Amino acid sequence: MSATSSAKTSLSDKRCTTDDVVAQISDGMTIGIGGWGSRRKPMALVKALCRSDVKDLTVVSYGGPDVGLLCAFGKIKKLISGFVTMDSIPLEPHFRTARQSGAVEFMELDEGMLQWGLYAAANRLPFMPTKAGLGSDVLSTNPSIKTVTSPYGGEEVVAVPPLKLDVALVHMNRADKHGNAQYLGPDLYFDDLYCMAADEAFVSCERIVDTFDEGSFHTLRISRMYTDGVVETPLGAHFTSCAPDYERDEAAQTRYAKAAADPDEWKAFADEYVAR
Amino acid sequence: MNTSRADYCVVACKEALAGSGEILVSPFGVVPPIGARLARATSEPDIVLTDGEARAIDADGNVESWLPFRYIFDLLSSGKRHVFMMPVQIDRFGNMNLSCIGPHDHPKVQVIGSRGAPGNTINHATSYWVPRHTSRTFVERVDFVSGVGVDRGGLVHQVITNLGVFDLEGGTMRVKSLHPGVTMDEVRENTGFTIDGDEAPTREPTPEELELIARLDPNDSRANEVS
Repeated sequence: MSATSSAKTSLSDKRCTTDDVVAQISDGMTIGIGGWGSRRKPMALVKALCRSDVKDLTVVSYGGPDVGLLCAFGKIKKLISGFVTMDSIPLEPHFRTARQSGAVEFMELDEGMLQWGLYAAANRLPFMPTKAGLGSDVLSTNPSIKTVTSPYGGEEVVAVPPLKLDVALVHMNRADKHGNAQYLGPDLYFDDLYCMAADEAFVSCERIVDTFDEGSFHTLRISRMYTDGVVETPLGAHFTSCAPDYERDEAAQTRYAKAAADPDEWKAFADEYVAR
Repeated sequence: MNTSRADYCVVACKEALAGSGEILVSPFGVVPPIGARLARATSEPDIVLTDGEARAIDADGNVESWLPFRYIFDLLSSGKRHVFMMPVQIDRFGNMNLSCIGPHDHPKVQVIGSRGAPGNTINHATSYWVPRHTSRTFVERVDFVSGVGVDRGGLVHQVITNLGVFDLEGGTMRVKSLHPGVTMDEVRENTGFTIDGDEAPTREPTPEELELIARLDPNDSRANEVS
């Protein structure tokens, strides 16, 4: 950019498309995906990722069908999570298949450890201390995670390393074109932390608005200071829930889970679901 | 009124919460939530329960506080919580597996993942609910330690099954009580490690409790979980 063009007179307009977002993602990157289980998952962005050539991703997620779909399309090399579930359907079939065939490495953490890892990355800290994990196989299967002795009295705690993300993908109810974003449902989950822990964060939303006229200002939990792109994707979390805009589409989720058992059925489902 | 096996299990879950005070109870499955609501309606009025979607709901159905997942994480670290989880495997020390069967780097069967079990068990009371007590669940050695047992510093309180109630107060799992019609032999046959204990009967639900249970679970969904 030339020196003369640096006199910026208006706020950045960060609107883009799902394909623009995917173009920022390359092989081997670490991607954080917001939401929780089968709740407010950025499925439109995940589907765009499934349509791309990107591979060998490390995915950090409180896992649901986002993880399952990426597994089904062979996108994940390594998953960092505490679980993968679809809530009303406890077990995620594609994740199970991927694990049982040895296709996906699973860095299994306690749920709280995952939050601490994002928090450490967001705060540029070398680790966050916790008791979670002590004595469990979450530690023995992750030899890279160390314990540390407290300088205040000698208690041994787990030192959760930062989970630094290359890219974060989250889906919110509303956003403006500058990248401020709002949730209107019961729980933000950890979507703000994913954005803060990432080099680049992309927000999809049900609707881009000029001003935030719904909910209280307390629900404006993602600031444009942390976001790099905004995509308007109506029904962008479907079939996961995006309350209050819509609840989980249980019938569609059931079709997704059932189709996993049969290659032909799965192809038919995936062609229709992932194509758009 | 007919008293079912499930009713005994509900009352056993209520009893596991005796003396809880003002803490959050997070019951998974069908029977433990009924037991927790029964406890709140009778002997444990101070316990806090959520709708599973970030709202603490009082006995009258009103929202009494906001508890999104990150507040639950903070709360569990404070110790003010008692969780009921459903093991895939559990050993004599109460080590619990929720992750996978077979080696972790290439499992034979992948299940859900450890969830919050490592943090729960190290921080606050954890009870386990097993609707079908078999030697596939009660094993000599778990394939993955998700929740830590008492030998690893875990705060495992009780294990409640369709056969009886178990505790770990002596350092290993012992029978605390048997449900009516269950024998010690039946428990031993369905447990993959040596087990002993009291042949005391699980406390019978009172008429008042049975009435409340029927009101809390009018469609008898508990019968689908415990036959």
